[in-house]
Formats: sequence, C-alpha cells, structure tokens
Amino acid sequence: MPVESTDSALQVDALSVEYASAAGVSRVVRDVSLEVRRGQCLGIVGESGSGKSQIVLAIMGLLGARARARGSVKFLGKQLLSAPTATLNAVRGAKLAMIFQDPLASLTPHLKIGVQLGELLVRHARVSWREADARSLAMLQRVRIADPEQCMRQYPHELSGGMRQRVMIAMSLLCEPDVVIADEPTTALDVTVQAQIVDLLRAMRQDFRMGLVLISHDLGLIAALAERVVVVYAGRVVENLAVADLAGSARHPYTAALIECAPTLTGRRQGYMPTLPGQPPGPETAGEGCAFAPRCARAQARCAVERPMLSPPDSATQVACHFPLSP
Amino acid sequence: MLTIRYFLRRLGGAVPTLFLIVTASFFLMRLAPGGPFDREQALPADVAANLNSSYGLDQPLVAQYARYLGALAHGDFGPSFRYRDFSVTDLIAQGMPVTLSLGTLALALALGFGVLLGCLAALYRHSFVDYATLGLTIAAIAIPSFVLLPFLGLLFGIHLHWLPVAGWQGGDWRHLVLPVTVLSLPPLAYIARMTRASLLEVLRKPYLRTAFAKGLPMHTVILRHALRPTLLPVAGYLAPAVASIMTGSLVVETIAGLPGIGRYLVQGALNRDYTLVLGMVIVYSTVLIAMGLLVDLLYLWLDPRIRLEA
Amino acid sequence: MSGLWTAARDRLRLNPVARTASYLIFFVALLALVGPLLNPNRFDTLDWAHPATPPSVIHAHWFGTDRLGRDLFVRTLDGTRISLAIGLFATAVSLVVGALYGAIAGYAGGRLDRLMMRGVEILSGLPLIFFVIFLTVLFGHHALLLFLSIGAVGWLTTARIVRGQTLSIRRQEFVEAAIAGGASSFRIIRKHVIPNVIGTVVIYATLTVPQMILYESFLSFLGLGVQEPHASLGSLIADGAAEMEAAPWILLIPGGLLALLLLCFNLVGDGLRDALDPQES
Repeated sequence: MPVESTDSALQVDALSVEYASAAGVSRVVRDVSLEVRRGQCLGIVGESGSGKSQIVLAIMGLLGARARARGSVKFLGKQLLSAPTATLNAVRGAKLAMIFQDPLASLTPHLKIGVQLGELLVRHARVSWREADARSLAMLQRVRIADPEQCMRQYPHELSGGMRQRVMIAMSLLCEPDVVIADEPTTALDVTVQAQIVDLLRAMRQDFRMGLVLISHDLGLIAALAERVVVVYAGRVVENLAVADLAGSARHPYTAALIECAPTLTGRRQGYMPTLPGQPPGPETAGEGCAFAPRCARAQARCAVERPMLSPPDSATQVACHFPLSP
Repeated sequence: MLTIRYFLRRLGGAVPTLFLIVTASFFLMRLAPGGPFDREQALPADVAANLNSSYGLDQPLVAQYARYLGALAHGDFGPSFRYRDFSVTDLIAQGMPVTLSLGTLALALALGFGVLLGCLAALYRHSFVDYATLGLTIAAIAIPSFVLLPFLGLLFGIHLHWLPVAGWQGGDWRHLVLPVTVLSLPPLAYIARMTRASLLEVLRKPYLRTAFAKGLPMHTVILRHALRPTLLPVAGYLAPAVASIMTGSLVVETIAGLPGIGRYLVQGALNRDYTLVLGMVIVYSTVLIAMGLLVDLLYLWLDPRIRLEA
Repeated sequence: MSGLWTAARDRLRLNPVARTASYLIFFVALLALVGPLLNPNRFDTLDWAHPATPPSVIHAHWFGTDRLGRDLFVRTLDGTRISLAIGLFATAVSLVVGALYGAIAGYAGGRLDRLMMRGVEILSGLPLIFFVIFLTVLFGHHALLLFLSIGAVGWLTTARIVRGQTLSIRRQEFVEAAIAGGASSFRIIRKHVIPNVIGTVVIYATLTVPQMILYESFLSFLGLGVQEPHASLGSLIADGAAEMEAAPWILLIPGGLLALLLLCFNLVGDGLRDALDPQES
C-alpha cells in the first residue's frame, strides 16, 4: 500500500463493495486501494463489469441502498465512506466533483444549463444568482463553448453531444475542486469530438492543477492524459504502475493483453487485431485462485488455487501475479 | 409560435366534439317516451296542447333543434320546464358558484395532499408511511362517496357534533368540510399512487445521480430536479380527475343538500326537464374539454422537450 | 397461457391480503344466496308492529327493520344478490363488447384501428355516467336497460387493453406465417388472438366488476336504478341516509356491506394485476 503523503488528495484503502440478493452475495469491488495526489492524473482501466465505476461511486457516496461498502476513503484527510450525508454534501460538487459518462442522460432535461451550473455556486459558494450566472458564463467560455450566453438559456437536448460534455466538465470545475473524477468521459461521443474533449481535459488540468481520476476501458485515452494507472480485473487491482512504463514494462499478463488490444497505444493500424478470448468472471463467483487464470496464457497450477497478492507491498508500482512478465 | 398553432388546432378539434354532444343529447332527449309535463294524472288535452305550443314542443323536431342552437349561440339555454319561473341560464348561474367552489377545493386538496403523500411514500419506501398510504388509497378508491359521506355525517355530525350534517348556509366553511373531503378522496388516492410510482422511477434516473453528486441537499434535488418529471403523469390524470369530481359532485350535492348544478341535473333527470338536463350536460362537457386544453398547456410547461414535437 | 394462470395463482397465494379478500367475497356471495332462505321474513313484508327497530332476535329481524317495518336482513342480502348479479352481468357485457372491439381494431391495424381508437378516446374523455342517467331517464327502469347501459360505460378500458395485446400478437411471426399460408382472419383471431388475450381480460374483469357494482349502486342511490319494492344496496343506502339520525343501522349495514364488497374486489383485482405487471416491486 502506498505511503500516505501530505500531497495526497484522495486515498482509498481496502475498499470493498458488495450487494446482497436472494441469489447470494455479489462482490463487485474487492479490496481496492489507490491514491491520487494533487495535480496528478490517475487512470483506472478495466473491461466493462470490472467494477471500476463502482469504485468511484463508492468514493462519491452514490451507491444504491442495497450496496454494502467497507474500507476507507479519505479525501483531504476526512473519512468519506459511510459519512453522514451532510458531510458528503459539503464536499461533493465543490471540492470533489464528478463527470458522468452519458451527458444527455446525466443532465436534467427540464432545467436550463444556466440553472444547472449556477445552482452549484449558489449552494457551495453562497453567492447570489446573478453572480453565479456571471461565473458560469465565464466557465463556459473557458471550456470553449462558442456562444456561452445562448448556451446558458438552452436545455440539454438542444445541445450537441460535444457541447453537453463540455458543460459537464464546466460543471465539475465551477467550484475549483481538488479532485475531479471522470467516468468514461469520451465513450458516448463521436470519434472526432473525443479528441477535442481530450484536449480540453488536458488544458483544464494545466489551468486548474486539480487531481484527476480518469476511468476508461480505453488504455489509449488513459495513456494520453494520466501519469499513473491502476488496472482493475474482476473487482481487484491487478497492477499499479506509471503510464510511462506501460509500453515496455507492464508486468501483469492482463495489462499486456490490454496494451496489445489498444490500437492507439501500439500504433498498430494494419494486420491482425488481437482480442482477448473469454469473459471476465461475474461478481458472484468467489473463486480461490487468480481470477484471470482461465484466460491467461502463462497460468500454471498454482494460479488456480492461490490468489496472488499485490507486491511489493507499500510500493507505488505493484503487480498481483505469480508469474509476472519480466520488465 | 409553434405552441400557439398547436393550441389553436386543439381548440378547433374541441368545437366539433361539443357540437356532437349537444346534438346527440338533444335528439336523444326528444326521442324519449313521455314529456316534461307528464304527471300522475293526465292533463286536459287543451291545457297540454297550450303548454306544448308555448314551449315550442309541437313543432317539427328539426325546427326545435334549430331554435335551440340559435338560442345557445346567444348563451340562452332556454326555460326550465319544471321550474317555471326560472330559465336554465338562471339556474346554472345560481348553481355554478356552489359547484365550482366545491370542485375547486376538492381538486386542490386532492392535488396538494396526493402529491405530498405520494412523495413521502416514495422517499420513505417500505416504511409505515408507505404502507399506510397504500392502504388508505385502496380504501379511498373502493368505498363510494355515497357510503362514506353519510357515514362521516353520522360520526362527525350526529355523534360528535363537530360539523353540520347537511345544508349550505350561504357557504359557511363548516358545511363544506365533509363534502369537499369526501369528494377529494378518490382522485387524491389515484394521485398519491401515481406520484409514488413516478417518483420512484425518476429517482433511478442518471440525472438525479448527477444532482446528488453535486452536493445538493435533498430538498433541492427533489423540488428542482425531480418534481417536474414526477408530475408529468399526474398532469395526464387531471382531466379524468375533474371528471371524477364532477360525477362525485352529483352525489355529494344531493346528500349534503348543496344547491349546486349537480343537484339540478339529478332533479332534472328525475323530472324529465329537457332543457335543464341538456344545459347541464353542455356545461359539464365544456368544462371537461376546457380542462383537456389546460392540461395540454401544462404538459408543454412541464416538459420542454414536447415543445419541439408540437 | 397456462403459465399465466399458475403465475397468477402463485402470486395470490403469496398475497395474504388478496387471499383474505377473495375468501370474504365468497362468504358474502354465499350468504347472499343462502341467507334469505334461513330467515322467515320476506323482502316486502311490512311488519307494522316493528317499524325501525334495531337488530334483534325478535321475529328474526337480525339486521333490524326499516321505517316501513321491512326486515333488513332479507332486504340487504337480496340487494347484495341483485348488485352482484348486475355487476357480473354488466361486466360480461362490457368484456365481450370491449374485447371484440379491441380485437378488431388491433387486428385490422392502420386506418380502421386509428379511427376506432379515436372513438374510444373521445368517449373516454366524457363522463359517461351522465349519459347513463340520460338513458335511464329516457327509457324507463327496465332491468335489461340497466345492464346494458352500465356495461356500455365499462367496455372502453377492455377495448384498449385487448387492442394493445392484439397488436403485439399480430406482429409475431407465427401469425404472419398463418396469414401468408392463407388462413382467414376469423380463424386466426379465434385460434391465436383470443387464447392469448383471455388471460389479461380476466384479470381486468376482476377490476371491472366492482366498477359495475359501483355504477349500479350509484344509479339506485339516485333513484334511477333498481326500483321499489325491490332493493339494491344503493337504494338501501339511500333509505338509510334519510333515516340516519334515528335509525343508523339502516345505513350502516348495507353501507358497510357494499364498502366491504368493493374493497375486497379491488384488493383481489390489484393483487392479480400485480401478478402480471409487477411495476410496483
């Protein structure tokens, strides 16, 4: 587990999330730890269903009523997990902000953009609506929206997909947060627009110097923006490394496979496009050994019975594998 | 601009419906056996003939119809056949304020408490409030007003002496309590159930999650982000709610002795007072159609996305 | 289709409220059929010696008597029988009419469907109870007319539901295949549409019956339904309301019985409907 440093804005330790149902217990997040420092961008990568979204929902306190979360989530030193709503609301939207995946579904359809932006400032910065509108307008300009005045008066369905995502980004930055979590910010967008949003995120990082948590199944996106990346498989962290080391020094077989499959990363344009055979296990299976073993080319007998732990402990770079690739 | 054109189109559709209702009612009434002057003993022939001609009943049906329409255009519903000194217009004018106050209060009560109860039941799901609401709503829907009102009158009026049992007394509020409450219960029940189901759905939407993620307090999230989409199906129920209240007012006015147009309609039906019944039917239908148009306007305000489609 | 029935039965088994309600209905129906036979009084016997007496054992006036000395036990149960009969018959009428209408509209599709549904829309918007009052006033108090006019009010919902079901069945492949194979429309409706629709129709029947009973009581209450000397729960309640102060049991007994019946029907209907559309879960 990484040493807690004074620079640490968000610290997650041994986070587990499970759902109880008539069919049994579903553990969607298992013993996940990660750390985000000020001004740093951490990527969380994994397939759909790997539990990466559940991790950030747990951080934000947005899990459903049936979820049971355990562990520790410390934001600026304050424990957030299972904290009372008042404590959460003081932080959410203001110092710890989130950008959601589908901006059309995530923006309130019957409220004008100006209202959806301004209410953040009215609530958190305690300013008047007029002041809030002025600041919202300025922020819309910063996220490079062409006609900010008109945008303020429009409804979400009247905007294009790219504009909506810019609005979501503006919404997250309005109160000058310390950490912003972005859950698949480009997935719902056209390819041409995706690149613009990536540029925007990069620029905003420079301007605001906040910590950024970037969740994606696209390693290429993460490589473009993040400094460190955490690889999640079946609810667990299997590797923790710097983005710079991705291309050459990835040690977990799953990470290596992901890299192979990401065209933007390898620069591969022609030829055989490798895919990963099989499916990740569902959250219901407890399983004894390594969850990735059934799909792993390097698996041995040991992998099926003994679960590998993240090692070396207390290091920033870790891998959970019995037979990791040599760096 | 789109809104106005759509609205005019709807208005244009309403007029033929009203026309149809008036025509159908008129001819049905005239086709009925017996006339408005039948009593237990037959009238002498010449008296009957005189009465018939002075009211224009001896003319061909089509001529009577034309005369009626003409008078209608001037807002004249004709004379009441039974209440000889009054015209139907007079009776309507007398009864409308009573029925309007009754109905409006009942609707306001049904909406206000219905939405409140429904929201509470949804927010505190599986709690006592939730189950109590569900139970009460079933009772309110099932038990008819003509059973409940006398029961309550018995309880509050005769045994507890808290409220008067019947009468109008020029609109004294105590005489309105029981009738308005009983009248509001069935629509209240439907609205409460609808609001509960609707809010439960809205709470699952992604944009609600965004609202919570913004650190907004619960009351802001519910009132600003959740309420309007929640009320959309309730708006659709408004016209049937008004219809239910109108039907209910017939009974309530009769039992509670309130001099509204509902009671006139019942009397008119029992007395075969053609013009009175016809007039009442027209009034009721007009109110309903007007409600329908108002609800359309309400929809446009509640959901901006509909404006484009209109 | 059998799957639908077993699902419904299982759901009801799990729903204690609906189960109790259905037992109560059977009990009341049984009482209405058998009860009057156990009591020596007739429904129109005027017992001048005991007018407006509270329930007692004297002369077997178990529910008491009304202002004219008529025994309330027999009258109430007779009224219940009449109300139930009218309710069931009117429901049958409205179901048949509604199902036919809806099936034709749904099967035909296109312009005919739109036209027919437009008609339903317009009619739904009007409070038809006024027209029922109309009809009863116009054509007198014939029992048959009562059935028909009440049924005329209830067929709209059935028509809508059956049309919706028919539309979705119509689009299914085996129906397309049958049509392509040259089967006549009538045969298709009979063999494919109706069996699949019956389940839903029966469910909504349980919700229609209390509506019909309500309408009939409403009309009888106003004096436009069942006429003297016969009694219906509605007319008994009207009598009771007039005598409320002096003889409350004349109101309470038939009123309570009607409320109970309607409540139970609604609970059963709700329970069955939840078995098919589990939206509330």
